[in-house]
Amino acid sequence: MDAQFAIAGRDFVISVTDKGVMSSILKMKKNQDKTCQLSSHTFMSVSGEPGDTSNFSEYIQGNVKLYSVRNSQDLSPSETANFIRGELADALRSRSPSHVNLLVAGYDKGAGEAALYWIDYLSAMAKVPFASHGYCGYFLYAVMDREYTPDITLDGAKALVKKCFEVLKTRFVIDFADYTIKVVDRDGTRELRQDEL
Amino acid sequence: MNRLAEQLAANDMSEFGLHNNNDSAAIAGPSFQLAAGSNPAAFAHHFIDAKSEKDSLIKIAHGTTTLAFKFKDGVIVATDSRATAGNVIASQTVKKVIEINPYLLGTMAGGAADCSFWERVLGMECRLYELRNKKRISVAAASKMLANLVYRYKGMGLSMGTMVAGWDEKGPGLYYVDSEGQRIANDLFSVGSGSTYAYGILDSHYRYDMEVEEALDVARRAIYHATHRDAYSGGIVRMYWVRETGWEAFPLEDVGQLYYRYHPEIQLTNSAESPLTVAPLA
Repeated sequence: MDAQFAIAGRDFVISVTDKGVMSSILKMKKNQDKTCQLSSHTFMSVSGEPGDTSNFSEYIQGNVKLYSVRNSQDLSPSETANFIRGELADALRSRSPSHVNLLVAGYDKGAGEAALYWIDYLSAMAKVPFASHGYCGYFLYAVMDREYTPDITLDGAKALVKKCFEVLKTRFVIDFADYTIKVVDRDGTRELRQDEL
Repeated sequence: MNRLAEQLAANDMSEFGLHNNNDSAAIAGPSFQLAAGSNPAAFAHHFIDAKSEKDSLIKIAHGTTTLAFKFKDGVIVATDSRATAGNVIASQTVKKVIEINPYLLGTMAGGAADCSFWERVLGMECRLYELRNKKRISVAAASKMLANLVYRYKGMGLSMGTMVAGWDEKGPGLYYVDSEGQRIANDLFSVGSGSTYAYGILDSHYRYDMEVEEALDVARRAIYHATHRDAYSGGIVRMYWVRETGWEAFPLEDVGQLYYRYHPEIQLTNSAESPLTVAPLA
């Protein structure tokens, strides 16, 4: 029941996750950050089975950081995404599969372009211009299909995110009170408030 | 529980640290002795109902109200004291706060045995940490240890929803840890079947800058109102305050007596027709 989506332009990715922690009919927390910083220019948003989400993302975060320390170089977004997919695929056929859905967002400093990867809990992966996980996709994919252009600017993407919020607010049963909005571009990762859109 | 039973049925018990005889010294970590019989886990599974999904002879206590919140002078922890087995009240005097050490408390919701066993293990680990590192463990580290501990048993039938509260170098600490392996930090939590009622009181009366007396009042009322509406909560209110000097407990209060304190207009009389009468307004 999480809200999780992202939009990639040529040189940036904007990612949105809701901040709620729901347990059955209860909202247990309203300010949880569901993103996980992997390097200065790469992060991922995580949803799925409680417990698995933090366990898997902390494992990935640790190993991606370990790689940077050992090799004095960060993994690129595509390398990061492929590494994550591999780990998730190995876990899938093990005794303890991790039920997590991911959106890996990053800016490739070498290639000078942004990248967004959609990975689901069955470790299917796709490089996509925009993506969503869960019920939100049923509402947002149509909007993003309609409004997205490959040359979308950051301001255009912010406006699109705002449209997505409107759709969720008017049509989705769950009212996501607050969202974590993160942008990654050549300057690194930064968080936006909702009124900065 | 299903998974555990199937795995045991495969006659490969050594892998799980489970042994019928006592020569298990080689395996690290807790190990359990099994009852006599060809497949005790599968046998017991027939009678135990970990998720309360169907009728069974042994029911695990699920009904509870527990709460904890941070405020300017520390953390308040409060619980009810009722244990239920199906629709029978098994006890009205359960201690649902587990004193892990003088600076750490854990609360009990879900399976009582799971909570008391794993928080006892946590107490041991925290003591070992102190001996190894010559300083007290942080609440963050202690709660993470518990979360990692139970995450290893995910899907094997553990049932616990616990709050770990304490005081460390960073000040007050409060985490929610459950048998799903979930661990979240927040200023305010309530766990158990009565939690929705408790949240109703807490959310409307809780402020971070309360004085201790007011904080205790809010906690007491939240537990009281939860026990009033939730059939699986009741008994007495047990309250703790954790501050820089460690935790301290407060006198127990019977929720039955709180009823008359919170409703002074209602009095018990000897009248057979109406044992409860409403005193005329002065």
